[in-house]
Amino acid sequence: MPKYVIIGASAAGIGAVEAIRDVDPVGTIAVISEELCPHYSRPMISDFVSGQVSFPEMMCREDDFWRKNDVQELLGRKAMTIDFPKKRVTLDNGERVIYEELLIATGGKPFCPRIEGADKDGVFTFTTISDAERLAEKLENSKSIVVIGAGLIGVSVTEALVKRGLKVTLVELQDKILSLLLDANGSDIMEDVMRRAGVTIVAGQSVQKIIGNPKNDQAVGGVVLTKGNQIACDAVIVAIGVVPRTDLVTGTELKLNRGIIVDNFMKTNLPDVYASGDVAEAWDFTLTQNRLLPLWPLAMSQGKVAGYNMAGKKTEYAGGTNMSSLKYFGIPVVSIGITNPKDPTTFEILTKHEPEKNLYKKIVLKDNIVVGIILVNEIERAGTLFHLMKNRVNVKKFKRELISEAFGLAVLPASLRKTMCQGYIR
Amino acid sequence: MKRIIAREEICMGCGLCEVYCTVQHSKTKDIIKAYKETPKPISRVRLEVAKPISFAIQCRNCEDAPCVIACLSGAMTVDEETGLIKHNKDKCIGCWTCVMVCPYGALKMDISGKVVAKCDLCQELESPACVANCPNRALTVKEVRP
Repeated sequence: MPKYVIIGASAAGIGAVEAIRDVDPVGTIAVISEELCPHYSRPMISDFVSGQVSFPEMMCREDDFWRKNDVQELLGRKAMTIDFPKKRVTLDNGERVIYEELLIATGGKPFCPRIEGADKDGVFTFTTISDAERLAEKLENSKSIVVIGAGLIGVSVTEALVKRGLKVTLVELQDKILSLLLDANGSDIMEDVMRRAGVTIVAGQSVQKIIGNPKNDQAVGGVVLTKGNQIACDAVIVAIGVVPRTDLVTGTELKLNRGIIVDNFMKTNLPDVYASGDVAEAWDFTLTQNRLLPLWPLAMSQGKVAGYNMAGKKTEYAGGTNMSSLKYFGIPVVSIGITNPKDPTTFEILTKHEPEKNLYKKIVLKDNIVVGIILVNEIERAGTLFHLMKNRVNVKKFKRELISEAFGLAVLPASLRKTMCQGYIR
Repeated sequence: MKRIIAREEICMGCGLCEVYCTVQHSKTKDIIKAYKETPKPISRVRLEVAKPISFAIQCRNCEDAPCVIACLSGAMTVDEETGLIKHNKDKCIGCWTCVMVCPYGALKMDISGKVVAKCDLCQELESPACVANCPNRALTVKEVRP
């Protein structure tokens, strides 16, 4: 009987194993994953599709990670049901695994809206290595692709396709691309560089229908947009977003909203049951509420918090916020927190906008506290700005410096500077 | 583990730390030739200036380092024995996630190689190049945990 059972072996599962082993070198750990080789970096899938890395190069931990951490590997196995009162997980082969402490880290799955023709050959999603392998094979004899959704994943796959020399049409329902990360100025810069790289961007529209190929109606031949115009293509990639994989626990006594509800110790409403990563709704320190934030670094961090608590070292999650760094089309971008407030009048907004240099900076302040950051093409000081934001440092005295090229540690208040010079802050 | 401590009250902002770090991380290790190399060698220490204040900062090797937790590819790891944060250039994908979370801005972007560059405390030297070449000892090495 394993002491710790972890369902899901991506970022949150990996983080949990590392944390547990940090404090409990001997307690038995079992990890259940549907994937045979789960310790790969999902964010690197676009680099795999572009041909920049091979699958072995995507491993985010050593090859012997599970063995080295003395983990019982139940890989290629699916957890079918959990009996919470009996503390028992039943697998697809009928095997039962009893736990003392359980972590549910089943992640997310791609959100696919109902589109007529979505069952045709040549419609892909983009979250697992097997999706990516099938897509990469299809791309061998494709010329033009339609990508639905211009968020982080949509833009990353678009770049991968462009690197492979394919013609890409990016379709986005919102009026601007990357609308959850940027504002109009930021989006315009990215749209401009993407158009120059040969991408066709169709914003403010969606795909209403996927149509067949004239030679084979079962294979993708094109899409019809909401306004009726048609675009011919060999494949469609749906990159609208991910939703929590809660199937395993739906209809059980585990408390769910859209994802599994957890407290700041990653504990669910049930004793000895934790949840982390894309399946959980954890604390957002900017919005001051729990929410879904399917991001790798947050999943890793939540997994660690869960692991420590499962192993008896009480650890509180400091919270995350919507935060991404992008490297696509040669323009580094960082977006953190509330970057495009709905009611801007209640915020103070500082900007620096030099579109001819593809440069844009925006700091959103509320009562002299940083609550939002956009940096386009000059991002090296993002971490210091994020530190001010996370620690709610009052920036009143130096706020004009925040968007300046000269912004750095030397403009910070003496006390904070001193700690930083000495060394270590969390 | 060694940690480099900066003393802003002594630093005069000459920038020699950046020069010697650049040279140390160049191919030729020659102060004249290093600046003509392609790809350009990168200083891993940064002189922070807001006159009259100046001091030089490099990776602090944080405990529970945010860069290690956030790293998407596994390029950033902690050496279990020394506590030193190591960066594997071959695994780095230049996603800049570590740049986004480092409070010190201690990760520099090597655009030519599309990877980050960080201080390695000059493992091969007795004293890190920035410390050894600081003319008025504004940089010193202190022994801290593990």
